Amino acid sequence: MKKTTRALALLAAMPLLALTACSGGGGGDADAAAAGSITYWLWDSNQQPAYQQCATDFEAANPGASIKIEQYGYDDYFQTLTTSLVGGNAPDVITNHPSFFPQLASTGQLLALDDVVESEGINFDDYQAGIPELWVGEDGDRYGMPKDWDTVATIYNAAYLTEGGLTPESLVNLDWNPEDGGTWEDTIAHLSIDKNGVRGDEAGYDPQNVEVYGLGLKSKSGIGAFGQTQWSMYALSAGWEYSDKNPFGTEFNYADDEYIDTIAWWRSLIEKGYMPSYQAASSGVGIKDAFGAGSYALVTDGSWNARSYYGFEGIDAGIAPLPTGPTGERVGVLNGLADSVLASSENPELSKKWVGYMSTEACQNVVADAAVVFPALNSSSERAREAFTAAGIDVSVYFDAVAAGSVELAPIANHWVDVLAIMEPAVESVLIFEAEPESLKEAATDVNKLFAND
Amino acid sequence: MTAPAIDRRPARSSARTPTKKNLFGLKRREAIAAWLFVAPALVGFIAFYLWPAISGLYYSFTDFDLLTAPEFIGVANYTRLLSDPLFWNALGTTSWYVLINIGLQTVLALGIAVLMQRLTQSMVVRGVVMLPYLIANVIAALVWFYMFDFQFGIINEIIAGIGLDRVAFFGESEWAIPTVAFINVWRHMGYTALLIFAGLQAIPKDVYEAGAIDGGSELRMFRSITLPLLRPVLAMVLVVTVTGSFQIFDTIAVTTQGGPVNATRVINYYIFDMAFNRFDFGYGSAMALALFVLLAVFTFVQLRLTRANKSDLG
Repeated sequence: MKKTTRALALLAAMPLLALTACSGGGGGDADAAAAGSITYWLWDSNQQPAYQQCATDFEAANPGASIKIEQYGYDDYFQTLTTSLVGGNAPDVITNHPSFFPQLASTGQLLALDDVVESEGINFDDYQAGIPELWVGEDGDRYGMPKDWDTVATIYNAAYLTEGGLTPESLVNLDWNPEDGGTWEDTIAHLSIDKNGVRGDEAGYDPQNVEVYGLGLKSKSGIGAFGQTQWSMYALSAGWEYSDKNPFGTEFNYADDEYIDTIAWWRSLIEKGYMPSYQAASSGVGIKDAFGAGSYALVTDGSWNARSYYGFEGIDAGIAPLPTGPTGERVGVLNGLADSVLASSENPELSKKWVGYMSTEACQNVVADAAVVFPALNSSSERAREAFTAAGIDVSVYFDAVAAGSVELAPIANHWVDVLAIMEPAVESVLIFEAEPESLKEAATDVNKLFAND
Repeated sequence: MTAPAIDRRPARSSARTPTKKNLFGLKRREAIAAWLFVAPALVGFIAFYLWPAISGLYYSFTDFDLLTAPEFIGVANYTRLLSDPLFWNALGTTSWYVLINIGLQTVLALGIAVLMQRLTQSMVVRGVVMLPYLIANVIAALVWFYMFDFQFGIINEIIAGIGLDRVAFFGESEWAIPTVAFINVWRHMGYTALLIFAGLQAIPKDVYEAGAIDGGSELRMFRSITLPLLRPVLAMVLVVTVTGSFQIFDTIAVTTQGGPVNATRVINYYIFDMAFNRFDFGYGSAMALALFVLLAVFTFVQLRLTRANKSDLG
């Protein structure tokens, strides 16, 4: 009996032993700075091969270093990260998103990377303007090394343009306003076709039985507070700003007329039958597949998705600029991702070295050649543009927009997840006609209460 | 009766094992064996249920963002809970889901079980009935999500084919919960049917024979023999399925994520959202505890009402 209990006690202690063994291994000594093993997380499986290549090159250049790449879908990426931080088995380096990094930085989960900029000899003038600044925390320290940039444009179904007697050029100089939608709405109306073949700008159009919607609708995805690919191009071109200052605004402008009028106009497209109902758009496959099935003539979407729109069989896609707004400007959100090192990493030296490697030319070029996203480094970004062109995708609209300064930086703020959580249901209930756009003022008050106690 | 009597005699028992009995009236040797048998389950229970529950209780009195140390704030989370419209909405939404889910599932499962018992004893049929339960929740939810798709889903194709208007099953506030409930009825009814079927097997055949001699119809025998004799099993099945049903989460996470607006923001999803998306672990814990108390009371009432511990047999 005694033997059994001892055996049992040993058995019970085993996981503990394994745990201590694990934590003992990672420590390493100072002179083995670039050696050891670290884990890197990303969410875009389309980019994984490129970063795997970077990791292989990095390992070849740093004998004894080993990078393990793990991929988790974006939908539960940050929840998985949170639980792994709490559970003590977090990765060393992560792909980070501007919406989430303030929370991680302010709770001390990220390492400052200013020394990486120095050790790698990085000059941020060589990077896409505006992108490196996204990753500086409220305390002035840098918490992310920029890896790519993105913005928004119009994507069209070329066959529908031709059928409607339009050309890609006719999409270049469209204007929008919240009263009658301008030539942008005229075009959307013209491209909408009902079941009887009547166009949206013709008499007898049946908004209840639509075959092709002029404009697609993307549900969720920060639809209330951010509207990055949904309504930001309208509100921002009407002179609206997300908050009093960016980054780290403390007063958000969701009670402004420009915002509310934009949402009201946007919703009116549903009534007119130019855009699907929110119910339909949120019940099943997303905007890309609906575009691929020929349900939409135009959509507004981010550059990171451009390649997917070109991948549908039988669909000839193209990219066009966003419309100009009441201010006479076109404005798309400029955003980007970065790599961050977690404070819990047991090998910060190697982690920093890897992060530095990913943001410099060797790896940025590998990412460029994969033609999935635009690297943050300008020279690599140009290279990506060529790689996209070689793949039959003309992405110059995104580059032109940035070159012309027709972009505004994505909002970065504390409590951003709460802002999203308050605004999403509020805008959803407007879009499904359960509430009027004026009701958004209430949600706006709730948002600003979040910052009242800071 | 005899064994304890022998043990009471001190002279003999000192030569064997000590006579002291523990809390459960077991002899020491038996007690060791018993604890050994219980140990694997007990370790799991303490590590995965008891300890988290106690920590949860503590966290429910704190302001805790998971990443920095919790800060004790008394009952603030509970007072917030009382005045949080989304918490009450979540309870209402969850109850509506449980009502549809359990109502439909129990009736269907009972029907399938009775059909199996009265018509076929085939193992193949039993296996087939069980099949949906063997599919992972997330997979089942995803497959149905595509089948219910507004534009391309086979179900809407059929609806449109017979000339009706397409239905945004996951996008309409009034359809979302019934649709989610339907998916879980589909997945669980076979399993529930098997549980009930096992209960039916325990009802003696001669009762039915007697019923048949008395000229009772199938329907009459179902009402007057099957249902009353099945009551304890049915009560157990109900307690288990209702408790499980209240904890609906994965189907929502895969399909609607609480939307449209708050139409499917069921309690478990709201708790998860608060704790892991919005870093309000203290408030999430308070809601989880409220749900625990609610379910405990509910289960107790259910067991009392259905007199689950008494059978009408014999």
